[in-house]
Amino acid sequence: MFKKALVLGLAAGLAFASTAMAQDALKIVYIGKNTGNPYFDSITGGFVDACESLGCEFEFVAPATAEATSQIPFIEAQIQRGVNVIGIAPNSPDALNQVLDDARSKGILVLTVNGDITGNEQYRDATILPVNFDIVGRDQVEMVGSLIGYEGEIAILSATTEAPDQNKWIVGMNETLKADAKYAKMSLVATVYGDDQPEKSTTEMEALLSNFPNLKGVIAPTTVGIAAAAQVVQSRGIADKVAVTGLGLPSEMRDFVKDGTVKAFQLWSPYNEGWLAVHFALGVIDGSIKNEVGSTFEVPNLGTITINANNSINTQAELTTFNAENIDSFDF
Amino acid sequence: MSTIKTAAPAQADISPVRPRWQTLLIRPETMTFMLLVVGVFAGSLLSPFFLDLSYILRSFTLYSELAIVALVLTMVIIAGEIDLSPAANMALSACIFAWAQASGVPIPLAIVIGLLSGLAMGALNAFLVIGLQLPSIIVTIGTLTLFRGLAQVLAGDKSIRVPEWFIGVDKIMLAGVPLPVVLFIVLAIGLGIVLGGTIFGRNIYQIGTNEVAARHAGIRSARIKSTLFLLVGLVASVAGIMTASRLGSVRYDIALGGELQMVLMAMLGGTYIFGGRGTILGTFLAAWLLVIVSTGMIVANVLPAVQLVVLGGLLIVAIIATNLIYSRTQR
Repeated sequence: MFKKALVLGLAAGLAFASTAMAQDALKIVYIGKNTGNPYFDSITGGFVDACESLGCEFEFVAPATAEATSQIPFIEAQIQRGVNVIGIAPNSPDALNQVLDDARSKGILVLTVNGDITGNEQYRDATILPVNFDIVGRDQVEMVGSLIGYEGEIAILSATTEAPDQNKWIVGMNETLKADAKYAKMSLVATVYGDDQPEKSTTEMEALLSNFPNLKGVIAPTTVGIAAAAQVVQSRGIADKVAVTGLGLPSEMRDFVKDGTVKAFQLWSPYNEGWLAVHFALGVIDGSIKNEVGSTFEVPNLGTITINANNSINTQAELTTFNAENIDSFDF
Repeated sequence: MSTIKTAAPAQADISPVRPRWQTLLIRPETMTFMLLVVGVFAGSLLSPFFLDLSYILRSFTLYSELAIVALVLTMVIIAGEIDLSPAANMALSACIFAWAQASGVPIPLAIVIGLLSGLAMGALNAFLVIGLQLPSIIVTIGTLTLFRGLAQVLAGDKSIRVPEWFIGVDKIMLAGVPLPVVLFIVLAIGLGIVLGGTIFGRNIYQIGTNEVAARHAGIRSARIKSTLFLLVGLVASVAGIMTASRLGSVRYDIALGGELQMVLMAMLGGTYIFGGRGTILGTFLAAWLLVIVSTGMIVANVLPAVQLVVLGGLLIVAIIATNLIYSRTQR
């Protein structure tokens, strides 16, 4: 009886609180994969700036570890906080389905940002990806090929074994290597996983070098991995023998590019993902943007954005390549 | 007057009877309970969204599977052993269950297969620890790795989906309380009665206090310990299948690191790691404490690093207090 009264009282209190908040600014939260990952600082920067210019409240939260289920309590908590928009970089393609359903049934707009729940798209409203992820594998193979003269052994240093995006790109890399005659003289000798931890990535890179003395190139399609791989190559002084490339942050890779350890690497602007997410979310909520495949909308600095199949939205058409010439013009 | 004087020397041999409030106060569960009260207050101060019974119950379901196993684990620890494999057992039995139903076995039968596999994992631990007389900490670190590895072999890096109707054990409400929480409460009451009110329960304490003496007193310690390991295995598989229903899919990494949370619950509840002391009530309260503290901080958007510091600090406080209390009451 007492419990019931308590629940009723609290429910009434909450109802009052939420009507009172309706007049306030919209609340947007972005749930990262894990803390201590500088990549998310840049995405968060885009969220913060967009919320400042458009007038919304923004917070970034993330679990300590990037396990499949570690984001669930955080999503529950944001539902409880009564946020209007949840952006999330999902740690699992399907473990979050049920809790994301709960969030959407409470009227929360759920966007996957910088990673999607492939195969379970019906559990989110839209996804915001930097580029069309189907072409990342192909472009990365071309990148490493151009660095090693399209000949020799290459290896992949990835994030965790279950990271959905990385796995998708690795599939793309394997397909490109098989299908395109241009890469016939290149052979992929190993795919290893540094779990997005600097120490483990370093160990895996060291192991690659000792197991494959003829290794010509390493693709690390993860910011933690490429930095660790570059560090190993730099300290061993073997930059002329092994080309490291992949996806990295200009801020972390600048020194490696300047001293010649890394000739070129690729990425997109994570900042724009946050910027776009906020503009899109506020537009959908106030009705000015229709969240339908094929509809278009304008975003300041990014131009006209189209909603592609599966409600997927990209901030740019192709990967940006960073090298010694242009790296100083990027500050994320 | 004279009667008191003559009675005094006779009473000197036995310790004076403590007042009831004092015996209550020096119980480790009392400290857990007080921390729980403090936690609720701190949580409601940190965030206006915290103090909502339905939210707290919903959050508890996320930890309920681990908490249910922790109850049984408490009895294992009191008996002077440890089992670090139940979280891996949860993953493997869930994978076996999901794999069975995905390959066409009807769900009820798949559940039975899952439960039997959990029981078999408990039996393996029991065989190694009791049959071969190996230290349980080493054995169960080994089986932890083995079970997790087998789960990965079985499921690979993919998730195994369960059918739509099987999803959502945490959405079933009994009088406003999610089913996993009800199960936890019922199991706590049941095990509390077994441990506190039966000869079997008393024997567990005796084995944990001094196994050799217990054996000389005719207590069948091997049989009792084996029963406990089997029970942990079985309950872990129940917890694993419940997790499958809550998540809607099964992966080899469910409940990864869960063994630490389970041990944490037992320790926070005042169970003595070397055996002989502890209660189900303590673990019951500690599970709530852990949920209250974690969700209180998560809903207030406290940085995860700070959360880890708080949880670590809590455990150290609990261990110091438990040891102080036991050393003061020991005579």
